[in-house]
Amino acid sequence: MLTVNNVTYQIGQTKLLKDISFSIKPGEMVAILGANGAGKSTLLKILSGTNKPESGSVSLHGRALNTYTQLELAHQRTVLTQQNVVSLPFLVKEIVMMGRYPHYQHSPAAKDFQIAQTAMEATGVQTFAERSYPTLSGGEQQRVQLARALAQVWEQPHALLLMDEPVAGMDILYQQQTLAILRSMAQKKFIVVSVLHDMNLAAQYADRIIMMKRGRKWYDGTPAEVLNPKSVYEIFEIEADVFTNPSTLKQIIMPHEITFEQNKTSLKL
Amino acid sequence: MPKGLIYIILSVCIVIAGIVSVGLGAVHIPPGEVFLLIMGKLGIYHMQQVNEQHNVIIFIVRLPRLLLAILVGAALGISGAAIQGIFRNPLAEPGLIGISAGATLMAVAIIGLEATLLTSLSNLFGYYLLAFGAFVGAGITALLIYQISKHNGKPNVATMLLAGIAINALAGALTGLITYLASEQQLRNITFWMLGSLGGATWQTVTCLAPFVLIPVILLPASGKALNAFALGEMQAGHLGLDVNRTKLRVILLSTMAIGASVSLTGIINFMGLLVPHIIRLVMGVDNKHVIPASALLGALILIIADIIARTLIAPIELPIGVITALIGAPVFLYILIRDKRKLTLA
Repeated sequence: MLTVNNVTYQIGQTKLLKDISFSIKPGEMVAILGANGAGKSTLLKILSGTNKPESGSVSLHGRALNTYTQLELAHQRTVLTQQNVVSLPFLVKEIVMMGRYPHYQHSPAAKDFQIAQTAMEATGVQTFAERSYPTLSGGEQQRVQLARALAQVWEQPHALLLMDEPVAGMDILYQQQTLAILRSMAQKKFIVVSVLHDMNLAAQYADRIIMMKRGRKWYDGTPAEVLNPKSVYEIFEIEADVFTNPSTLKQIIMPHEITFEQNKTSLKL
Repeated sequence: MPKGLIYIILSVCIVIAGIVSVGLGAVHIPPGEVFLLIMGKLGIYHMQQVNEQHNVIIFIVRLPRLLLAILVGAALGISGAAIQGIFRNPLAEPGLIGISAGATLMAVAIIGLEATLLTSLSNLFGYYLLAFGAFVGAGITALLIYQISKHNGKPNVATMLLAGIAINALAGALTGLITYLASEQQLRNITFWMLGSLGGATWQTVTCLAPFVLIPVILLPASGKALNAFALGEMQAGHLGLDVNRTKLRVILLSTMAIGASVSLTGIINFMGLLVPHIIRLVMGVDNKHVIPASALLGALILIIADIIARTLIAPIELPIGVITALIGAPVFLYILIRDKRKLTLA
């Protein structure tokens, strides 16, 4: 269980997060939506323990996040960040094995090799296990990083998976596959929290959507509850139609075209 | 090729190059005799007829020089590899980014400010003081460069190299200033010190340098795994449970200990820290678990060979060893620069 209680965070005078509360149960797949600068990544940094909240608290499995040591935390939560530049030409399998670093001192055990292998197979990167990371395309690199992140907590159900735009730079197939993997992790009782930009992907895969605006939690509920033209306009300032796919009963969001004239006014040209 | 074999090959090459190196010079001593004389000294073999002159040349002059080359080479190789791990890029060469200049500045400052203590630079205490001072100078500079070049938790290559230019200039200016303000005695000491090269090797310099190099050589390989995680970024390394600040401090302290002390005894030898890990990565891959210890071995080997070339190329004149290392190292630097041009964001 991940519990967030009245979290506020600021840098200087700018309040980046205001009074955010929610809790997430193991097995839930939660998508965080919001416009640029709404505080999504900042929230993820608070949840990962990278940044400490100004006030309020975060607890994981009933224990305050700040009482975990770095290493304990590494066993209980894993993070996929947005930018993952690796300057030295590590091999893909070496990068994935880094996910097992919290679990061994000097040399990986058989179990570590096995988990790294399974994580690579699950994410479909085992075919380029021997390739050098910088030679991969952006989408492939992102999947390797996902494999690393999953390998870190693979055998720890109830662990927290924090994904900051996990599908950035991926083609449509990779996007669907990646979210399907995250969904299957949720089914194995992991706590999955992903920042997403694509509302349709969120509607398709998430059990629950948290919509953020100006550092606040604006909406929180199932896709059917929170995705409607009004909420989409409030959060993203775009007009959109929201349909329900009759066969899957999932929401489909179709933004209206923005004409050049409208664009000029909104950009104050 | 199995990694273990590479360590063995490097070690064997060091022994062979060492024996050749000790035999070469104005008085030529055949490798066989060198080997037997050293075995004799170690009490493993008893020689019937010891050539006293050769004995003296080897044990007073050439062996300390060889050992100094091994220590300095190992220091430059291993610290180059470790510093590149912390800075996350293969261009972080301690000389180029100003760490060696920081060491020089501190050493010159010690001579300039405290000449009375060091009236005789050749005493062991003087060496230790200089080595320790240079270590402090190198350490402070490294931390400074790291903080300056850090952007979003990752050191930026362009900022690092530019900051290196500035720090080099600043340290150079301050070193110049101290030199100008120095008294005649101090100036003599500074000049003598600045001429430092492997040629000044004595058993004292070797004894002084040994701990400053051996401690990092023994302790740094344990940071290999942490440095691999660093390649993902500081924040990502933290997510893997690593105490980022402790790792950074440990690696910077240990590597500047080796660089600082080396600089204080032999002056700046550029490009070794770049060349050595580069070759190792080509052969063994980029896993720091191997790059770090293997760089110590290859550093030692290359410096022995560079010293042989420096001494014999236009004998009896001896070339500064830095000329040889720069001749090989600078093109490698340019090569990496051109190869990675797209990746080096200059914004």
